[in-house]
Amino acid sequence: MLTTNRVAAVALALLAIVVLFESRKLPLGSLHNPGPAYMPVLLALALLGLAILVAAWGGAGSGLRAVGWSEWRHAAAILGTCAFAAIALERLGYRLTMAISLGFLIGVVERKGVILTLVFAVAVAAGSYFLFDTLLRVPLPRGPFGI
Amino acid sequence: MAETVHNLLLGFSVALSPPVLLYAFVGCVVGTIVGVLPGVGPLAGISLLLPATFGLDATKAIVMLAGIYYGAMYGGSTTSILMRIPGEAASVMTCIDGYAMARKGRAGPALAIAAVGSYVAGTVSVVALMFLAPPLASFALRFGPPEYFALLVLGLLVLAYMSSGSMVKALAMATLGLLLGMIGIDQMTGYFRFAYGVVELGDGIGVVPVAVGLFGLSEILATAGQETPPAVIKPTLRELLPSRQEWKDSNWPIWRGTVLGFLIGIIPGSAHIISSFVSYAVERRLSRRPEEFGQGAVAGVAGPESANNSATSGAFVPMLALGVPSGPIPAVMLAAMMVHGVSPGPLLIKQQPELFWGFIASMYVGNVVLLILNLPLVGVFVNLLRVPYPLLYPGILVFCILGVYAVNSSVVDVWIMLVMGLVGYLLRKLEFEPAPIVLGVILAPMIEMALRQSLAMSDGHYAIFLTRPIATTLLAVGVFLVLLSFRPLVARGLDWRARMAMAEKGEEL
Repeated sequence: MLTTNRVAAVALALLAIVVLFESRKLPLGSLHNPGPAYMPVLLALALLGLAILVAAWGGAGSGLRAVGWSEWRHAAAILGTCAFAAIALERLGYRLTMAISLGFLIGVVERKGVILTLVFAVAVAAGSYFLFDTLLRVPLPRGPFGI
Repeated sequence: MAETVHNLLLGFSVALSPPVLLYAFVGCVVGTIVGVLPGVGPLAGISLLLPATFGLDATKAIVMLAGIYYGAMYGGSTTSILMRIPGEAASVMTCIDGYAMARKGRAGPALAIAAVGSYVAGTVSVVALMFLAPPLASFALRFGPPEYFALLVLGLLVLAYMSSGSMVKALAMATLGLLLGMIGIDQMTGYFRFAYGVVELGDGIGVVPVAVGLFGLSEILATAGQETPPAVIKPTLRELLPSRQEWKDSNWPIWRGTVLGFLIGIIPGSAHIISSFVSYAVERRLSRRPEEFGQGAVAGVAGPESANNSATSGAFVPMLALGVPSGPIPAVMLAAMMVHGVSPGPLLIKQQPELFWGFIASMYVGNVVLLILNLPLVGVFVNLLRVPYPLLYPGILVFCILGVYAVNSSVVDVWIMLVMGLVGYLLRKLEFEPAPIVLGVILAPMIEMALRQSLAMSDGHYAIFLTRPIATTLLAVGVFLVLLSFRPLVARGLDWRARMAMAEKGEEL
């Protein structure tokens, strides 16, 4: 039966194999002088062993079909917003990036009114900038025209 | 004794200076808000607010972050009692009887007992921390690389054993964390490992983006789209006073919870969660009227709330004395201290007594601040929950991105947070506990260095771990725990870890 444990075990085993494969590029060293690949190889082997154990006892886990994904649209939108923020933060500046991100989440994803969206987006973006950059002296990126 | 009192006076001279007092207060207020808001636990809260302390000196920064930690512990009880929503995981047990009391019209006394119990536990456990940390630090000076390696391995094994559910799954997560901690420049040879040309990964993966991703972002991903939270039971100030019988019924549970919580707090693992679970089980076992548990027994609020606050101080013992975090939250605190140039460990107490004793004294002060803050302002904090979630989560997301970016001024950290958020979301769906990953990330460099130094010392013989008494004892305890985890396979019924997993999921015990 396809259970959550078995799906996770396969993913962990694949990761362990990738680490073992990538560790070939680094010197393994010897027992009395372990190299940079020594610990990753040791850990990848341990992860592989644990993944096999999880898979072996995996029948006790919940069935994969029982997992609910009702919120996936929201989750995808939030991840997309985070990706946009990562790309735009140093190009558009903190305030503009956050105002756009908040505007998208509240106005488009949550379908709130235009005025509420604008007020909330601008207030939170400007307020958090003032708190951290101006008051607490944590430097945040500025965009075009110093915004 | 005289030396301790002298040092404590030094600590109070630091903690009672107006600027430090102000930051302790700010930390407590912010921590309470963090505790009240569902989804923003102390781990994500401390990680997010770390950049806010960059402009401060080490003492003020650590005092403020510690304030956030125990403020969150206090604040978590409020939503548990008034809404049956645990503000943070340690308050799960408080939901059961706290909410039952609230439905009977005793919300005020439940909040008051929780606050007084937390205050007593917080204060008593700080006294214990004060007396226990210095001798433990002196003892730790005897530790060499093999002992540290054994201690760190034991820490991971205990964490895995203490986590609810499968020890194998928890160990797999800890190993995943250790592997993530391998990314970056190898400290001994200078080789770049698994960085794929990304210069920013040279220093390794930071604990802050990992913690915020796994706990903050993944919570938002899992809960976004939900409707506005249910109605809140809002007591007035006049209704806060417990009856004489309620005081009497909660007296011993508070003291037992305090002692249990502190002892469990020292042990690695999600101490504050486990301590509240154990305390609840103990109180029900000792009660003359166990049938009242689940129906609004005041001991079911007093014990767990005292225990989880006491565990907060207990968790600081290995962190301050040994430099070894006992769980994900102390791990983030440790990272925060390192950002401020403070290296917790055996030498901290000798080299920076103002910081250590100032920190201890600020915990006394913080407990008083929280007692004053929590009861009269409970209505104000609860109002935060009236903000509709569709507006609340975008605001929290902004702070996640801001907090992660500001640590190193690096968008690579924002990408790491994004990936970790997705990983945390999937792990949640697959019923895996992400906390060991955070501990693995922070312990990875220490554990690798200790292993390689040990092998270099012994000319490649692993037997070094079996020839040194302290290392051998620590590893033997670890092996014993692994064997103990097989017990449910041969014994009938649910063991305490399975029962805790059920309680966390809100299932009937």
